[in-house]
Amino acid sequence: MASSEVARPLLYQSHMAAKTTCMSSEASDNEQRQKKENTRLLTMSGHVGFESLPDQLVNRSIQQGFCFNILCVGETGIGKSTLIDTLFNTNFEDCESSHFYPHVRLKAQTYELQESNVRLKLTVVNTVGFGDQINKEESYRPIVDYVDAQFEAYLQEELKIKRSLFNYHDSRIHVCLYFISPTGHSLKTLDLLTMKSLDSKVNIIPVIAKADAISKTELQKFKIKLMSELVSNGVQIYQFPTDDETIAKINASMNGHLPFAVIGSMDEVKVGNKMVKARQYPWGVVQVENENHCDFVKLREMLICTNMEDLREQTHTRHYELYRRCKLEEMGFTDIGPEHKPASLQETYEAKRHEFYGERQRKEEEMKHMFVQRVREKEAILKEDERELQAKFEHLKRLHHEERLKLEEKRRLLEEEIIAFAKKKATSEIYQTQSYLPVGSNLKKDKDRKKKPSPTFELLCFDT
Amino acid sequence: MDPLRRSPSPCSSSSRPPSPRTPPPCEAQGYVGIEAVLDQVKIKAMKMGFEFNIMVVGQSGLGKSTMVNTLFRSKMWRSSLPSLGVPTLQTLQLQSMTHVIEEKGVRLKLTVTDTPGFGDQINNDKCWDPILGYIKEQYERYLQEEILITRQRHIPDTRVHCCIYFVPPTGHCLRPLDIEFLQRLCRMVNVVPVIARADSLTIEEREAFRLRIQKDLRTHCIEVYPQKCFDEDINDRLLNSKIRERIPFAVVGADREHLVNGRCVLGRKTKWGVIEVENMAHCEFPLLRDLLIRSHLQDLKDITHNVHYENYRVCRLNESHVLPRGPGWVNLTPAPSSSSSTPKPSKVRLRTHRSQDRKQK
Repeated sequence: MASSEVARPLLYQSHMAAKTTCMSSEASDNEQRQKKENTRLLTMSGHVGFESLPDQLVNRSIQQGFCFNILCVGETGIGKSTLIDTLFNTNFEDCESSHFYPHVRLKAQTYELQESNVRLKLTVVNTVGFGDQINKEESYRPIVDYVDAQFEAYLQEELKIKRSLFNYHDSRIHVCLYFISPTGHSLKTLDLLTMKSLDSKVNIIPVIAKADAISKTELQKFKIKLMSELVSNGVQIYQFPTDDETIAKINASMNGHLPFAVIGSMDEVKVGNKMVKARQYPWGVVQVENENHCDFVKLREMLICTNMEDLREQTHTRHYELYRRCKLEEMGFTDIGPEHKPASLQETYEAKRHEFYGERQRKEEEMKHMFVQRVREKEAILKEDERELQAKFEHLKRLHHEERLKLEEKRRLLEEEIIAFAKKKATSEIYQTQSYLPVGSNLKKDKDRKKKPSPTFELLCFDT
Repeated sequence: MDPLRRSPSPCSSSSRPPSPRTPPPCEAQGYVGIEAVLDQVKIKAMKMGFEFNIMVVGQSGLGKSTMVNTLFRSKMWRSSLPSLGVPTLQTLQLQSMTHVIEEKGVRLKLTVTDTPGFGDQINNDKCWDPILGYIKEQYERYLQEEILITRQRHIPDTRVHCCIYFVPPTGHCLRPLDIEFLQRLCRMVNVVPVIARADSLTIEEREAFRLRIQKDLRTHCIEVYPQKCFDEDINDRLLNSKIRERIPFAVVGADREHLVNGRCVLGRKTKWGVIEVENMAHCEFPLLRDLLIRSHLQDLKDITHNVHYENYRVCRLNESHVLPRGPGWVNLTPAPSSSSSTPKPSKVRLRTHRSQDRKQK
């Protein structure tokens, strides 16, 4: 053991304390032997009074109250809610659920029950929509996830620095009642698959629901078939403990009656001169609490009266510890360090934290670097574009200038032509006025010509 | 059955399905059998057995060993008589002895830690350090067991559940050593102060002494068991306030039996009479025994586990949260609680880490 190997440089001799740590870890069978070797069994000469210790413990438990969580897994309509109502003798208000859910969901409800001075916080978790889908491959996943989530919540609370475990509402599932439909043949594949995935996480008690649909002989065969199937597939169901003498006998006999064939009913029917819980059929009355009719009384006794504490203990010491071990190992914590020296949780945790900080630092640097690079690239591109634009602008300007010059040139030419034309016009006008004087004689001739026939007229025209 | 109440479902993490909050009370009839769980608890507890660890602190000669023998009616310790050849202990040494006692089917593993040499030296400065170190050591051991990956089914509990402090019967008030020690200790463990060797005080002197001690405890803010802040309900408060009125108990220890009026009683025989240990008129030993064993044993263990151990755990885990590269980062594997009694090794550790830090920088 790690603690007894590490030498403590303290100035005290604790010759018994170190040895007793080894002692308590042995099984109770070895305790007698150990006692003789390490610690003295002292006899007292008078009455001390610590026989009241169990009572003190019980008083404290009463003050704190108890907590019990049941998970009911079964198809819709198989009678889960009714059975819970019957078990605890109350009508937990619940309406029938529909068959048309696309996925399996879990519905948890917590109730506070009180019987004489014992307070019980009961949480009932029902599967809604189990076995209703057409494709049932993922049906068991939500259930396993839920169970794991409860363990995880407890583990988180336990690993906290400021924790309050003694008033933590324990929501870990203590028992799973698996409802098997009374087909009379064998387990369905879905049942097998679900039970196999749950058996290492929770205490499973299989029950045959709606047992009034099977006759006695069929029931026997069915039970044997079921148990053999479970055993051959390696499904570990909860075995009632047989190590304590007071309850060993009854537990052992009950182990042989598994799975229990149960009927649930909150309706009361008059049988004889008493009102009993029963289901009334035209061919008879099936009584819930009659041991000949069904195993309901056995289930109630085993679940609540005899083994509730053991179920809780198994959940805490076996299933939860397994989950915790797997989870921590997954995270990288081990008990044995690289050189086979005991490594503490804190060391690993510190190392991981260091690593994490280093990693984060590195990532930050990387991101900064990338950011700077991107900015630079963007800048370069923008500059490039700017340059292009500038070049275009210059080009256009040049073109414009050229066009303008051309136009100026044309304008000049046009103006010259206009001037030339004006000159021509002026000269032609001068010509005209000059030609009018001789043309006056011409005019006379014209007049004469007018008297005369046309050929001279034609000549004049040509002259002008 | 009382009416049923629906209470809000545990936690609100997203993976858990929510539940309706309106609680319609339902009537429940008939017998279910929830009560039987109490028997189950009892059976399991008796099978596993109980553990109890006591520490007795006081100067030598105050009757600590005798008191332990009287409490548990057995010869746990041989009460040491001063003899000529035996040298007085130079340093405080703690000695633990474990015994298993059984009464009517209930097995109790009792560990008694004695502190010979406490307050015996000339210079008693820091004489409480080994004791505090021992207590912290037990917490540390439990913590290490608790954070293992593969844990044991039942973690052995060696934490000190109760510390009985013996006040010498001067009749005046608490001495400086007492005050120093009690102040330090009451924060870490349940302390029950008792007036030792009360047969040297008359009844009036005893009462006056008690009142003065109570005043001193109040002035110096020393919270002894049963602590006022842990009273849960009105019943607890009533019961505990009655006990608090009588703290510290004036006790006398004896392991010899004498004949008084034809009865065989435990007591001390003197020339002027027999002081009966079990007689309430003579001394308050029955009150101490009832408090420790018959009524509050489980409570002592609970407060140690839920309060003192959790406080220690918080401090310890917070120490590891000082960011690395800071000046105060200490490696956790060698427990720092030993630093006070062995100063040199811890300084060495700190130095190496500072150099490592420098290298990292």
